[in-house]
Amino acid sequence: MNVTIVDYNSGNISSVINSFKEVAKDKVNIEVTSDLKKIKFSDKVVLPGQGSFKSCVDALNKINGLVDTLSEFAINDKKPLLGICVGLQMFADIGYEETETKGLGWVSGKVSKIDNQNGKFKLPHIGWNQINIVKDSKILKDIENNSHMYFVHSYEFIPNDKNVISAKTDYSSNIVCSVEKENIFGTQFHPEKSDKTGLKIIDNFISL
Amino acid sequence: MLKNRIIPCLDVKNGRVVKGINFVDLKDAGDPVEQAKIYSDGGADEICFLDITASNENRDTIYDVVEKTSKKCFVPLTVGGGIRSVVDINKLLNCGADKVSINTAAVQNPEVVIESSKKFGSQCIVVAIDAKKNGDKWEIFTHGGRNNSGMDAIEFAKQMEDSGAGELLVTSMDRDGTQVGYDIELMSNISLKVNIPVIASGGVGNLDHLVDGIKLGNASAVLAASIFHYGKHSLKEAKEYLDSKGIPVRI
Repeated sequence: MNVTIVDYNSGNISSVINSFKEVAKDKVNIEVTSDLKKIKFSDKVVLPGQGSFKSCVDALNKINGLVDTLSEFAINDKKPLLGICVGLQMFADIGYEETETKGLGWVSGKVSKIDNQNGKFKLPHIGWNQINIVKDSKILKDIENNSHMYFVHSYEFIPNDKNVISAKTDYSSNIVCSVEKENIFGTQFHPEKSDKTGLKIIDNFISL
Repeated sequence: MLKNRIIPCLDVKNGRVVKGINFVDLKDAGDPVEQAKIYSDGGADEICFLDITASNENRDTIYDVVEKTSKKCFVPLTVGGGIRSVVDINKLLNCGADKVSINTAAVQNPEVVIESSKKFGSQCIVVAIDAKKNGDKWEIFTHGGRNNSGMDAIEFAKQMEDSGAGELLVTSMDRDGTQVGYDIELMSNISLKVNIPVIASGGVGNLDHLVDGIKLGNASAVLAASIFHYGKHSLKEAKEYLDSKGIPVRI
């Protein structure tokens, strides 16, 4: 099996690579590339993302044909895809970080700044927070409710269809932190930095 | 609920730990990778390396340490010390650091913070503020505490937030190494002034100091070095103690 981590200059992805390699050991081949052919023929795709919504969307668009290839993979071929942090946020129709930017539109919704209640809550939301699992999700298999995950973000994904939400976390308000829509998965937290529980989520995705 | 973080810090010189954990079963007490792994297995919320290598020819040793650690520890890893430029930051992130902490360069050339937070995202840019009390204000020191910049620490903190820093690591030079506790006044003054998380550092001697840093200093995270060294306190003990004092921690 081939799992491809999309390398599109979205910032620091070494931790994502290290964690997937740790979980995959020799059973699964982990490829890190922006090669369209390799993405197309892989079994699963991981879409990481750090920095701003706009910078990540811009970086995706900079690689000719990448958005089309990813859409074909996730929407037409319905193969498993996992978005992490801004990788998840980009599923939305639109994001408001820096400036209004069009997202991939795979999971209808928007990405807005977390309401910090006039400075009552610090931003970014950095650190370990518990996840409240609201729906069974294949990537959350054997993950206990209220497990701790590592977060670092200032913007949140607000999907239109609440049925896609599989977990939320409490910070200022209830923030969506895990989604599942058919073959498309996303986490706002960083499984690659969330110790053993995070590695279990990666394992769940690889084992799908 | 977001938990307060406990961050053990390891001083690394020429690729070796200075003042390490003195565990009997440790094969190599000077190996930063092995020590980081002990901390992460012990429940560290993050791990911090402070590179204190003085000579330029040995500066590359930290990259190797970071690369090896990031393959074994799956909690956030922050690396500070000697970071001068966007190129240095890029190199550390590529080796597997999740955040970098910038001190002297941020004071001398704030453009580094602006540029790097744009390029890599604020989430990985920590600005380290070394401050010393002078009269009724705190002044910023650079070069590992050797040079007084004369700049006001609280104004500088605000400026760094505006420049794109994601967090501030605030160290009291008066307290560092004294084990008498954080400079609570400094921590709370900065924390109330900025809207980004503050990590308190410098002066921890016992577990009550960690409690004070969070409760009185308004810090989001507490960093400590020596109390976790030589097995004086384990991370587990620290967390259980904070929990008993009503501070939310990840246990």
